[in-house]
Amino acid sequence: MINASNLTKKYGSKSVLNIKNLEIPKGQSFGLVGNNGAGKTTFFSLLLDLIKPSTGQIINKGIQVNNSEDWKPFTASFIDESFLIGYLTPEEYFYFIGELRGQNKADVDSLLSQFEDFFHGEILNQKKYLRDLSKGNQKKAGIVAALIGNPEVIILDEPFANLDPTTQIRLKTIIKNLAETQEVTVLISSHDLMHVTDVCERIVVLDKGEVIKDLATSAATLKELEAHFAGNETVVKETI
Amino acid sequence: MKIKHFINLEWKQYFRSAYWQKSMALNILLVFVALYFVVTFLALGIALFPLLKDAFPDQDPLIIVNSYLFYWFLGDLLMRFFFQKLPVMSVKPLLTLPIKRSKVVHYVLGKSSFSFFNFLPLFAIIPFGVMLIINNYPLVSVIFWMVGIFIITLIINYLNFIIESFSSETDFSFLPIIVFAGGLFAINYFNLISFTDLVSSAVSSFYETPFLVVIPILVLIVLYVVNFGKLKNKLYLDSSLKSKSQEVKASNLEWTRKFGDAAPFMQLDLKLIWRNKRPRSSVFLLILGLLYGLVFYPNPVYQDKPWFYAFIGIFVTGIFLINFGQFIPAWDSGYYKMLMSQNIKYKQYLKSKFTLMTVSVVILFILSIPYVYFGWKILLAHLAAAIYNIGINTHVILYGGSFNRKKIDLNQRAAFNYQGTGAVQWLIGIPLMLLPLAIFGASYYFFSFEIGCLLLTVFGLIGIVFHQKLMNLITDKYLDSKYKMIQAFSQDN
Repeated sequence: MINASNLTKKYGSKSVLNIKNLEIPKGQSFGLVGNNGAGKTTFFSLLLDLIKPSTGQIINKGIQVNNSEDWKPFTASFIDESFLIGYLTPEEYFYFIGELRGQNKADVDSLLSQFEDFFHGEILNQKKYLRDLSKGNQKKAGIVAALIGNPEVIILDEPFANLDPTTQIRLKTIIKNLAETQEVTVLISSHDLMHVTDVCERIVVLDKGEVIKDLATSAATLKELEAHFAGNETVVKETI
Repeated sequence: MKIKHFINLEWKQYFRSAYWQKSMALNILLVFVALYFVVTFLALGIALFPLLKDAFPDQDPLIIVNSYLFYWFLGDLLMRFFFQKLPVMSVKPLLTLPIKRSKVVHYVLGKSSFSFFNFLPLFAIIPFGVMLIINNYPLVSVIFWMVGIFIITLIINYLNFIIESFSSETDFSFLPIIVFAGGLFAINYFNLISFTDLVSSAVSSFYETPFLVVIPILVLIVLYVVNFGKLKNKLYLDSSLKSKSQEVKASNLEWTRKFGDAAPFMQLDLKLIWRNKRPRSSVFLLILGLLYGLVFYPNPVYQDKPWFYAFIGIFVTGIFLINFGQFIPAWDSGYYKMLMSQNIKYKQYLKSKFTLMTVSVVILFILSIPYVYFGWKILLAHLAAAIYNIGINTHVILYGGSFNRKKIDLNQRAAFNYQGTGAVQWLIGIPLMLLPLAIFGASYYFFSFEIGCLLLTVFGLIGIVFHQKLMNLITDKYLDSKYKMIQAFSQDN
């Protein structure tokens, strides 16, 4: 579905991302982990053509993202609050996104009705503008907006941050469901190793812009990741 | 010590912003405008004494000057309101640091006294004072006269901020100042209270009894304290957060469906304008713009200068176009990343803005029809100007928007937020007005009024005929600067 080859991003002489080859098949739930500055958001921004690659390219379903805009109809994303339009109510925002994605009000309403649990009564019919919602509730609205219009690729940057525990658990169910039953390719990044191993069938570790681990999630993955980020990987390997 | 840090922070904020780096030309232009005023004032200060002496040999020039000071001060206040803004400082990061709140406020207020607006009058006052001394006026008295005027200038400085803070709390941004200044002017004009005499005798009293300067100093201190109190209250996060959570006034804008695939953006733009303070005040500016013609048309001085009509026509029918258009696409800067990754065509997005501006020109033209009372030529000139606005200026301003790199924070939560307004805003309007004025003026001079109108109309029609082509060109330009805009709009300052 998504293929990045020889992808680099440099600011001056400093390289912030350098991916030789990364292939993400359709329907995979793909997790990206790494410390601050590892290049997670840079990768997502390149994937959404928000910044220009220094070399290489990303192909999304056969379309090179920085040459054509035809990937936009089937790709949805929520990167941060700047994806929200502060002076709209959540409903208006959903309808607006729906309209851009060729969905009428009824389509959007029926999608939203599936997320009543997730919203926990704090998003819809509140008579409030998005800018007046709390950070966590803004995030909920942004994530759900990314699901409108049956996208085939969904990109979520740090979706678990700022959410309360109940919502985190509900979000995990939603993401798993998307990849397993609807064949949606879900890309998420997270600092929370536990969540990411719970949700993703594949986890890639970035460090200083390079892919240093590419794991199919198994029972041992969480341990391995924890060991890696604690910096005592070798010790663990020996004990195994 | 702390002051040094503040200055350091601001220096960096200013020079490290994307805006500064991208608009060198504009900054240079501003410097030239400032220099122009300095020279003008200097010339005024030097020449005033001999000129007055020549014109009114039997009157004391100082007394003549004193009697006009009221208008000077009133003009000063008006100019400041529209051009001078309270120094902006991002205070939020400072609130949790070990810095006294009062220190921050003192700094912001203190800095404002170093404004160009406070020094500009000195360029006229000091030469005039020197001329007085040369002409054997008593030295001490003249010095206190100058000090007195400078203190009054500072009083106006702080008075302006109080008026601005009132007007920033209402939607009628410019109304308080117009009421205030207009009220003073009217009271004076109809001799209810003669401020002219009042100001004149007040200023003369500094000259005669120097220690009376204490009175304006006291007034200055009182105004400073009022400002201090007002600003300090704003330095709490919740005071700006709490009041902002408004009830939603929803309206369905189904009628925009007529505009086809640009409809969702039209709805968005209308909500943008109505629900945010900044763009909303540009709607209220329309009223002022519409009435602008009344300043000129009834005045017999302009009756025989029809070349002027086109200029006013451009302004009256294009005020929304200029005001709203110059911040395209910065209005959407807060969520620009989202728009760019959404399933939209740039062209639809731009078309919505174009439609909005065109509709505004048509409406404003219709509303300006009553000006026909002052002569049919005015109607003709307005029609030509409206067509020119639709055909040329809309495209020019959309094209210019692709160079826009300054973010506008619609939410306006931060205290001290007056961004995006000020002298620069008015400068951008110049090419939009001067070009048609040049076209019209030249053809009026060489041919006739009718040819001038015809020429403007033809230019406008050419623009309308090539609308699709021009839009493609503009769209390409936007696509071209897409990454740069995204980067600049995600900067906070």
